[in-house]
Amino acid sequence: MSKKRVVVVGNGMVGHNFINTLATSEHSSEFDIITFSEEPRLAYDRVQLSKYFSGSSAEDLALTTESDYQSQGVIYTLNDKVVEINAHEKTVTTASGRKEGYDKLVLATGSYPFVPPIPGKDQPHCLVYRTIEDLEAISAAAKVSKTGVVVGGGLLGLEAANALKAAGLETHVVEFAPRLMAVQLDESGGKLLRRKIESLGVQVHTEKNTKEIVAGEECRYRMNFVDGTFLETDMILFSAGIRPQDELARQFNLEIGERGGIVINDYCQTSADDIYAIGECALWDNKIYGLVAPGYAMAKVTAGHIVSQLVTHEPATSAFQGADMSTKLKLLGVEVASIGDAHGRTAGSHSYVFSDDVTEVYKRLVVSEDGKKLLGAVLVGDSEAYGTLLQLMLNDMDIPGNPAALILPAMDGQEAVGLGVSSLPDTAQICSCFDVSKGDISEAVQGGCCTMGDIKSATQASTGCGGCTALVKQVMDAELEALGVEVNTDICEHFAYTRVELADIVRVQEYTTFQQVLEGHGKGHGCEICKPALGSILASFNNEYILKDEHIGLQDTNDIFLGNMQKDGTYSIVPRIAAGEITPEKLIVLGEIGRDYDLYTKITGGQRIDLFGAQLHQLPEIWKKLVDAGFETGHAYGKSLRTVKSCVGSTWCRYGLLDSVSMAVALEDRYKGLRSPHKIKFGVSGCTRECAEAQSKDIGVIATEKGWNLYVCGNGGMRPRHADLFATELDDETLVRYIDRVLMFYIRTADRLQRTSVWLENLEGGLDYLKQVVIDDKLAIADELENGMTKVVGTYQCEWKTTIESPEKMKRFQHYINADAADDNLLYVRERGQRRPATDVERIELVDLNSGK
Amino acid sequence: MTQWTQICALTDIAPDTGVCALHQGEQVALFRLGQTEQVFAIGNYDPIGRANVLSRGIVGSIGERYVVASPLYKQHFDLATGECLEDDAVTVKAYPVRIAAGQVELAQGAALSV
Ligand code: SRM
Ligand SMILES: Cc1cc2nc3c(=O)[nH]c(=O)nc-3n(C[C@H](O)[C@H](O)[C@H](O)COP(=O)(O)OP(=O)(O)OC[C@H]3O[C@@H](n4cnc5c(N)ncnc54)[C@H](O)[C@@H]3O)c2cc1C
Ligand code: SF4
Ligand code: FES
Repeated sequence: MSKKRVVVVGNGMVGHNFINTLATSEHSSEFDIITFSEEPRLAYDRVQLSKYFSGSSAEDLALTTESDYQSQGVIYTLNDKVVEINAHEKTVTTASGRKEGYDKLVLATGSYPFVPPIPGKDQPHCLVYRTIEDLEAISAAAKVSKTGVVVGGGLLGLEAANALKAAGLETHVVEFAPRLMAVQLDESGGKLLRRKIESLGVQVHTEKNTKEIVAGEECRYRMNFVDGTFLETDMILFSAGIRPQDELARQFNLEIGERGGIVINDYCQTSADDIYAIGECALWDNKIYGLVAPGYAMAKVTAGHIVSQLVTHEPATSAFQGADMSTKLKLLGVEVASIGDAHGRTAGSHSYVFSDDVTEVYKRLVVSEDGKKLLGAVLVGDSEAYGTLLQLMLNDMDIPGNPAALILPAMDGQEAVGLGVSSLPDTAQICSCFDVSKGDISEAVQGGCCTMGDIKSATQASTGCGGCTALVKQVMDAELEALGVEVNTDICEHFAYTRVELADIVRVQEYTTFQQVLEGHGKGHGCEICKPALGSILASFNNEYILKDEHIGLQDTNDIFLGNMQKDGTYSIVPRIAAGEITPEKLIVLGEIGRDYDLYTKITGGQRIDLFGAQLHQLPEIWKKLVDAGFETGHAYGKSLRTVKSCVGSTWCRYGLLDSVSMAVALEDRYKGLRSPHKIKFGVSGCTRECAEAQSKDIGVIATEKGWNLYVCGNGGMRPRHADLFATELDDETLVRYIDRVLMFYIRTADRLQRTSVWLENLEGGLDYLKQVVIDDKLAIADELENGMTKVVGTYQCEWKTTIESPEKMKRFQHYINADAADDNLLYVRERGQRRPATDVERIELVDLNSGK
Repeated sequence: MTQWTQICALTDIAPDTGVCALHQGEQVALFRLGQTEQVFAIGNYDPIGRANVLSRGIVGSIGERYVVASPLYKQHFDLATGECLEDDAVTVKAYPVRIAAGQVELAQGAALSV
């Protein structure tokens, strides 16, 4: 018997999900699957589209590959739009003229962004946000723009605003309705969201109806509003809602809803029996679902129905029954969630509201008349309860105790009321994107999964929107615990503690040596993981000379000889050049040393000078000269403060608002020598032009007309992260106080080798929590943190100075303990007037030359 | 009878660190465990990082074995046998070593074969 032909129009998220379901089902061999895409690529993760701006490539976003489709036998055509359906002959025809017959046709054409009919909307930098091509256009426009406007303050609009903000544009959101996210949030929630977003520097304009877009005076365009006001901008992003892509269905007489959308029944069939519609183009019960999870549910139903009709000839087992539209997101770092009947429209429902103006949290619960069932919720500023609340509602569970307890913050000593995952039924849907139940996750754990990575690949849970991640992890942990598996977070085999626990132990027990900690809390002899970690902890709290006999064996390779080891075993020398400011005399000293010792000399990326290729026995001599000339160690080897990068600032620069160099020198001077879980870098810029790139540093400081703005937890390196704005318009003293607190809190609570960026991302409560600890002193430890820092600052010593003053310590700086000779394995070649280590090939030639002599 | 060569005083090696000795034309890494008199000797050349650096690694233990972690790329070498824990095919020499009257001494003649 010949195979049945299933043609899928559109290869978006839902079309692909359908294909994947059918192609991996037990009946896959009965079908030929043919799909057409108007886009130049196969399906990709539209939900994560914004990640494209933070570095994800089109490949990262791809949901499948051409070779996957080929091996599944799926026939695909890209860049070709289906333009005709012939329901009598059962064929479709594409723009390029290709014709395919079908037994079943599936329309998965998605939706398109709605652009209001405003005169002037079709100009070059007026864009939408839906495809990878759109994002490319946005990136290109952002590069030539200073200001950007997003039209539409809904879910997608705010995501788009986030992208513009991240691209460094002055960002505005223009909304027609009186509040943001009007569909999902009630009035108070919308207000608070607005306040928060504005405090992040995104300007919100509500109740604005755009009349026209004309040429601007200051910027490229001017948007004139109906109320007579206007706004100037260089680019415009329309995000005013989506419209179902029902063009094909309209032309070929399928039933269409009043406001668009292809009408479907519970089996996703359109008005023509053999044509189905799924995803955002489909209208079920007069509703369009603008989320991916309902689309996936439709895909599943349709695949089941097609198999039952064409293969098994049994009645279909599942029908589409509508879907939950609850959402949780983190927009511009603000947590927002909306569940069920967020507006309290159910007859007889009651509301509970918790609102905290200080920490900016708003929560509303909508409960049934009898107070037993949860109907909906709005959470702004703190969406931790999302998972719990959603499960209560979806599983129609009784609210445990007083509903108010579900949204009240935990009082001292009292656990926040939550819902133990153990109380959920096995059927509870945990991941709605992939319809993964609690039972599925438990099964995966029983089958051997024990990390989130395992669970993701086994069940797909939490690989979609990510909203379920916390809950999936809870279910996994609970199941692991039930199986008696312990989740091991020990730092190494010698200590059954995490770095944070070790830091607490050292602080509370007032330990001063590794030996004390090992005897009290460890076993064995330590290793290259726990020794440097404890070495660093001891130094952070006690700040003793790191080459003291009892500490020396703990130091990492570089610290132990106060230099960075190079590939051939020689060292580099990096004196501190605070803020990159250096006198000509000192430059001459560096030049002389470089010349006299034939050291490879380079300006570093940290605004200082690195001298490479010094042998062990040369280090003390060289450092003696440096110390005599007034240099100090630059700690280029340490997990400690590296550099404070500065711009020239108000002393010379015509734009400078404050003296960024003096501030940078002061900060570098204050924190130099501070040992921490990983290295720390600062930047100080004299104005918002940001020549010091402060927003890519752990601590960034930028001058404004009214004082310093403080940014925290930026990172360059392997995974760059923009720093978050932490506090604004600070005076010198407050700035230093906040930095003291942030850094000491980091030192106490970060994991080993965790930069501030990763630390913040893992910190429960995130930036808001850090602000509460540092600015509001929520934990009442601010004094203690400051005292800790004062102690370190007061006990600073230049490690190189101390070392060259101790004949005992100097002894270690020789290649042989029993001879004066130098390492005979070092070979160099000269390049551009300086020496560098010989490569392997060069080595062979050089050695031959030498021995031939 | 084995002849021993004096290399340095035990106290020349800071606890839990290493030093490098020149012995019969070879570079030998000597390690001292904590404050004890226990001393190990293996080749100083790191065959993986290809530099004379093992004496400058961190000393510790893995299970029951005493090891040094190479300062370049952190592979572990067994201090008693010279074996690399990460790669069976890699070994460095191990040398007989003793303490006599507070002095660290290496044996003259061939290295320990393992
Ligand atoms: C010399 C220098 C490159 C240069 O020629 O310019 C350099 C050289 C090294 N970097 Fe770097 N980094 C240098 C600036 C940077 C910068 C730029 C900056 O600071 O503005 C970055 C990105 C910014 C950042 O850190 O956020 C940078 C990101 C890294 C990373 C990745 C860190 C991360 O979080 O992803 C490492 C690896 C690590 O630390 O684990 C690294 C590690 C290293 C090490 C220490 C690798 C090693 O262990 O041998 C290099 C040895 C330095 C030496 O021998 O003296 N280096 N490194 C720069 C010294 C700056 C200074 O004056 O101290
Ligand atoms: C920036 C952004 C963020 C989002 N965030 C979330 C979120 O957090 N959570 C969530 O649940 N949802 C989110 N969504 C919505 C989600 O992406 C959609 O619900 C989902 O993509 C719908 O899938 P679909 O297959 O129906 O449509 P699409 O993914 O749009 O796919 C339709 C495809 O069909 C093609 N097509 C159309 N007509 C034709 C034709 N005639 N011939 C050939 N091809 C055709 C289109 O080019 C397109 O490739 C987001 C969307 C965007 C844009
Ligand atoms: S950041 Fe501003 S003050 Fe500093 S150098 Fe650049 S333009 Fe001048
Ligand atoms: S709910 Fe979206 S990934 Fe699980």
